[in-house]
Order: sequence, then C-alpha cells, then structure tokens
Amino acid sequence: MNLSQTIHGVTFENPTVLASGILGITASSWMRVAAEGGAGAITTKSIWLHEHKGHRNPTVISTDVWTLNAVGVPDAGPEKAKEEIGAYNKKKPVPLIVNIIAESAANYGKTAEAVLPLKPDFLEVNISCPNVEDEFGKPFACSAPDAAAVTKAVKKAAGKVPVFIKLSPQALSIAEIARACADAGADGFTAINTVGPGMAIDLRSRRPILSNRVGGMSGPAIKPIAVRCIADIYAATGGKLPIIGTGGVQSGEDAIELMLAGASLIGIGTAVWKRGIDVFSKVCDEIKEFCAKEGISDVAELVGGMHKTIQRT
Amino acid sequence: MPISLQSRLPRTYRIVKVRKETAMVTSMTFDCSLGAKPGQFVMLWVPGVDEVPMSVAYDDGKNLRITFFAVGDTTKTLATMKKGDLVGLRGPFGTFYEWEPKQRLALVAGGYGASPMYFVAKEASAQGCAIDAIVGARSKDHLLYLDEFKGLPNTTLHVATDDGSQGHKGYNVDVLKQLLATGERPNQVFACGPERMLVAVSEVTAEAKIPSQLSLERYMKCGYGLCGNCTVDPLGIRLCVEGPVVKNETARKIAEFGKYHRDDLGKKQAF
Repeated sequence: MNLSQTIHGVTFENPTVLASGILGITASSWMRVAAEGGAGAITTKSIWLHEHKGHRNPTVISTDVWTLNAVGVPDAGPEKAKEEIGAYNKKKPVPLIVNIIAESAANYGKTAEAVLPLKPDFLEVNISCPNVEDEFGKPFACSAPDAAAVTKAVKKAAGKVPVFIKLSPQALSIAEIARACADAGADGFTAINTVGPGMAIDLRSRRPILSNRVGGMSGPAIKPIAVRCIADIYAATGGKLPIIGTGGVQSGEDAIELMLAGASLIGIGTAVWKRGIDVFSKVCDEIKEFCAKEGISDVAELVGGMHKTIQRT
Repeated sequence: MPISLQSRLPRTYRIVKVRKETAMVTSMTFDCSLGAKPGQFVMLWVPGVDEVPMSVAYDDGKNLRITFFAVGDTTKTLATMKKGDLVGLRGPFGTFYEWEPKQRLALVAGGYGASPMYFVAKEASAQGCAIDAIVGARSKDHLLYLDEFKGLPNTTLHVATDDGSQGHKGYNVDVLKQLLATGERPNQVFACGPERMLVAVSEVTAEAKIPSQLSLERYMKCGYGLCGNCTVDPLGIRLCVEGPVVKNETARKIAEFGKYHRDDLGKKQAF
C-alpha cells in the first residue's frame, strides 16, 4: 500500500500534515510531531511581518465535539521564525509548509519575501483567520477580489515556491473565491480554516468564556462542512490544483472522506488532544487498513474519488 | 457539584473559604472537586481578567483548594475576591507525583511550592510513607504550610530561610544535602519551587543516584496539549501533558531547564 505522493515536486511520505496553529511554535515541537507523531509534513503557525500580540486567556476551550479558539495569532515575526525554521531545516525529517498572515495585500507579499530565505516547501497563506477580523474588517477569504489580490502579491514574491491559499468556510461561495485565486495564480488550497465564529457562555457568571468573546470552531463537528467545501473547491478548479483538506479529521476514515472530496493531503490539528501526538501514524494505519480491505494500492487513487464516481453515473 | 473529570471547558465555581497565608500569599477553597492528584494543575479563570495555570494545593474529592502568590494581573485580582465570588476552573491537567505506599520520601518545597508538596505529604503519609518535608523561603514571614506539615503522621519537618530568621540559614537544598550526608537514603525526592532550586535538586539527586520528580512551570494557553506554548527544547514535550511533573532523567535532557522559558509570543526569556 503506497501512502507517498509527490505534489509540485515535493515528496510526502504520507498524506497527514500538522495543521497550522497546533504545536507550531518551536522546532523541537515540529521534530517531535514528525519523529514520534508520524506526520508527513509540518505547517508552522501563522507568521506576521512584525511582532503581533495575541488575545488574553481563555483562548482555547473544548468539549468532546467542538473546540473554540481565539488565540489571536500571536507571533514574534520572521526573526524568531528564522531561528526555529533554521534549526528545523538542519535535520528536516519531513517537508515544511510555512504559513503567513498579514493585514494588507502588500504586506502579504512582504511577509512571503521575508520567509522565502527559510526555504519553505510550500507557502500557505492564511487569508481566513476569524480571530483577527477587528484589525481589517472582513477576512480576505470572503471577497473574491481581495483573495485574488493577496494571491497575486504572494505569487509575485514567492518565486518557484508553490503557494497554497487557506480558505474560509464562511465565504458565501467558496467555489467563487477558489476560482478567483486560481486565476490569480494559486498553486493549491488549504481548506478549511475554523468555522463560525462561535461563542460559549459561562452559566453562573453569565460572561462569554473566551476573552475575545468569540472564536473559530474546530473539532469533529465541522467535518461535514470541510467535506462540502473541499468538494466545491475541487469541482470549481476542475481537480487541477492540489488541496490540503483540514477540518475535523480524527481517524483514517475521516481522512479518506476528505480525500474522496478532493484533498490530496490531510491536515490534522484539534485531534491531537484526543488521540495523542501520534494521531498522524494512527490515521495512516487506519487508511492502510481500509485500503487493504478495499483492494486500493495507492492513496492517490482516493483523491477526488467522489467526483469521478458522480461523473460516471 | 459533581466531579467533572478533565474538563476542557471552564465552569465557574464559588469561593467557600479564603485564608490569608502571608502578606502576598492567599489560599482559596472552592465548592467543587476536579479529582486532582498531587502535582496536577488547573487553568484558573478570573472572569474579565485572564486565565492562568495554577497547581492544586489540595483536592479531597469534595473541595479543591489553591494557594497562590499575588504577582500578576490575574492573581492580584484573585487576591481581592471574597467568599461567594465566582472563579472559573478547568482541569485537572498534566502529570502528578508518583510513589509507592510505605516509601521514604524527601520533599523539597520552595516558596509557594509548599502547597503541592503538602498535598503529596498528606496523601503519602496516610499510605504509610515516611516523609522528610524541607520547606524553604526567603524569610520566616514567607514560610508556608508549616502547621499543616507538623500535623501529619510519619512526617519530619525541616525549615530553611535565606536570612536565617527561622530554621537553617540558607537554602532548603542544603538541608537535603545534609540529610543525604547522614546516610539517609529516601526512595525518592520530590521538588516544587523556583527553577533554580529545581536545578539544584536535580544535580544533588543525580549525583546521589536517588530518583527525583520535579515540577516545572511554563507559560500555558490551552493546558491540554494543542497550542504548543509550553513545549521545551530540545525534547519538544509539552509540560501541560508530559509535565508539569517530570522525572529527573527527563529534566536533565531539557536543555532550557534553568536557563530560559518562552513568553506568550514564543520568545525565549532567560531565567
């Protein structure tokens, strides 16, 4: 059973990817997620052009079915990223996807430029974070012209590094946004970012629990939304651009479902708390188990499988 | 209140008792138990202010108690709160001190590290462990939990103060060394306190070839292994899941132990 795929010239030993924002602060953490956890690739947390303060706690809260977070994308900027990514690159057990964020199209371009010397395998562009809206109104991912402008700015700076645009499930038409980004030169997509935002209220104090009041929702409950969004993006771009599918994946079967919708790689984040840091190797084992039973010899055969079936029938 | 095991969603509970320990240190008891074990921590939320990790001073299955030093925004506000006020708690999180019944244990407590060490002593002494509790502080006025330790069976209390105002003049680790020099060999040494003290305990126990367990503190956001803010170099272990209590052989592999920690942006800050 082959789990390996080569996408835009980068070989991934397995389809699981550490999603951005989870355990993404230090090189030591990435090394452990790759070595002990079994992830096929690592995504950094979102990197800003300048130091960026996050929100006060509580910032991350969970029940069994959902997690809300409003960490506020804290980051120390490209200088600190240089130290951590530099340390990671010395050994680099698996490919590294560098996630960037900014408050304007121009600064997205500048941030891409600033992280380019760190030799990312892919750039992932966070235009969909629901936690930093106050600073620039609606996320770029909810407007086709804005999303296209950011894509152009990053593509101009990125040279040969493939650019993946991370989309939001909050867009009225994620298909329209995806097409606009594809026309602007995007090399792929990551979908989805967190859903909502949502809110949780403490009953006795009658206050919202998150300091930011609202936060993006993740966890197993959002998987059906992720599946639909991935299917929409895949259909809108004719299956030509690779998708890193993210959203509610906890098991190998969840991963396979996202692949059938159109994802080539599978981001895993929230499931780390429930299944442990080795959730990546567990998901891979479960994919292999399913494929063995179904007589599937190559994981790539699953990608977009639903669309191919619909077209035939 | 029913026991909620490892809740990741804070709930507010009422303060049922407030006790002033010293000028800067307060203990609070809540109308809940989280089923915490000695060494574990909770995320404590002061609504409208912030949420911080806090070690559990005691949890008997009915009530949970904390003992804290009013040092930041959250704990300074907390110190002004009264019986009946609401405080959010979630947890318990992380590892805990582990021992066998009837073992001989030496506990090294620095500053407000005295409260989790008392939690260990209370439980372990009831299981027939013989305990040497070594409590240290800057001066007499900062010593904590002395009366509680004195009230426990099978427990010998040792006191050290930096200025010599009570007990041994100097560090509590000196007392541990003296104890070991008399040929006393505890099965294990547990420590909780400032990181420099932990480094000293780590060295002394490694040299004496006595197993030790140390409680390390780092900035935390989620408390349950997602955000990665409390991972330590170069192991990449999360002190909220694989810690805060770590065995000495693990602590000795943590390169940043006693040297630096990371702030809320992930930047290194020297101790």
